[in-house]
Amino acid sequence: MAITYTSGEQVEVYRFSIPATILIPLAAIFLQAWLPLKLHFFSVFDLPLLVTIGFATARRSQLAGLFTGGLIGLLQDALTHQPIGLYGISKTVVGFGASSLGIKLDVENAGARFLLTIAFYVVHEIIYFTIARGLVSLHMEWSWSRELLSGLANAFLGVLLYALMDRVKQRN
Amino acid sequence: MESVLGRYRNLIVLVGVLFAQVLGLAVQVKRTNDIESTRLIRVWAVGAVAPFEKMLLWVQTTTGGVWHNYFYLRGVRAENRALKQEIERMRLEQVRMTQDADQARRLQSLLAFKEQFISQTVAAQVIGSSGSEQSRAVYIDKGENAGIRPDMAVITADGIVGKVLHVYRSTALVLLINDQTSGVGAILEKSRLQGILRGTPAGEIVLEKVMSDETVPVGELVLTSGGDRIFPKGLPVGRVTRASPGSDLFLNIRVKPAISLSRLEEVLVVTKIDERQAEPERSGTARAADILAERLPTVPPKPETAAGGATSPGASAPSTPDSSAKPAADARPKGSPPAPATNGPAAAVRKAVMPAPSSASDIPKAAATSGVKTSPKPAKPVVEPEPQPAAQDAPQ
Repeated sequence: MAITYTSGEQVEVYRFSIPATILIPLAAIFLQAWLPLKLHFFSVFDLPLLVTIGFATARRSQLAGLFTGGLIGLLQDALTHQPIGLYGISKTVVGFGASSLGIKLDVENAGARFLLTIAFYVVHEIIYFTIARGLVSLHMEWSWSRELLSGLANAFLGVLLYALMDRVKQRN
Repeated sequence: MESVLGRYRNLIVLVGVLFAQVLGLAVQVKRTNDIESTRLIRVWAVGAVAPFEKMLLWVQTTTGGVWHNYFYLRGVRAENRALKQEIERMRLEQVRMTQDADQARRLQSLLAFKEQFISQTVAAQVIGSSGSEQSRAVYIDKGENAGIRPDMAVITADGIVGKVLHVYRSTALVLLINDQTSGVGAILEKSRLQGILRGTPAGEIVLEKVMSDETVPVGELVLTSGGDRIFPKGLPVGRVTRASPGSDLFLNIRVKPAISLSRLEEVLVVTKIDERQAEPERSGTARAADILAERLPTVPPKPETAAGGATSPGASAPSTPDSSAKPAADARPKGSPPAPATNGPAAAVRKAVMPAPSSASDIPKAAATSGVKTSPKPAKPVVEPEPQPAAQDAPQ
């Protein structure tokens, strides 16, 4: 199904219970830290980013999206040895952008979610790369092919993850 | 005004949140090596994630242990046989290496070398990673409670892993050697060229600061040099996989780590390193003359001649034993028992020029035939039997 434009009144707004709001991001961060030890290829995925997009598009609230993204990003930063804020800034922008798009577009179908995830993955990487090189002086190499492939992999996983998240969301 | 604020409220909040984060980031970058300002959030994050990781590790270890120890025992007998053969082979090798090590210690003590010994380690299990490819670091299940401190070396039996970066109460963050912010002093095993090991953004390891006019063969072993004051000297790091001229005066050397850094499970944290001067195994002071004498060929035993008859080979150079024996006797403190003959120069020279007596009864005879002047006191050590182990060198 194609991405369709809908008015603010037509789109459905969902919410998540408090346990789901807390446990889903925590589980995503935990799996992101633990799974690459067992499955090395898993490091191409960014589960916290997918959860940020999932929450933002379901809630369709810009403030909720940016704060959720910011908090998840800061928590992810805290597990690394890099300065805190790299993932925080990137995911704040992604949370805001995804919720803004969720207000205007119908992102309930798998195709829309797939494209949305690829787009926001690349946006996230561009912001991270810019800050890491410009502000923190990290040596990073940019490769469009690698980022697009990673975006595709994340989009596939994202579609599955959003379907799981649909089961715990509640109509507002 | 209110309508403008209300209309762009979300955008203003976004800009505010981003500004706050950029400001915080800038402050952290400015204060290099200061983690105290962000310690609280790191402690919270690790505290939220680490219990789950430990629980999962426990479940995995327990179920794996039950399966491997009680059910999956296929091939255990064959493995047992192979291991026994391996032990036998290694025992033989150990004997040879012990001799080499003793010799090395003696030589090092002569040169007053100081060695670093890993005297205490803490075994730890890897429970998680940082979850980011830009931060190649892992979490271990030991922290302050187990005596872990920042900047301790983390190793395995096969090679080095990294160093402890942040320590929490029951966990610690270990920076791997392939992270781009890590640096390890390294030396090539055969060519003894020194350089600095660094990680790359892609997670590879390169050896820097080796001049481009040097030759570095592919496959050469890279060891720690001890120059970074974190890793003890001589631990394996990896092998050279590629060496090519770099863009500047230095070689571009790629190193494959000795261990798989992406599949770490158990590591050792070096909690104590002793730096002490190498001491030889034997008691008493080893001297260059002793060591050289051990390397000199001994003269085969001669058939006995009549007393005072033909001179022995030692007698042809009588000054040597005398000049050697005297300092040994003089160096002895008053009232102390005579110095052991084995370790003294006199003994060394005697060993070189005369046959060692086969039994105690042979001793006077040997002394007589050697032509060594045997004054009552100093001569005594010279005619002592020549026991091999140091502990048996005590004079009669």
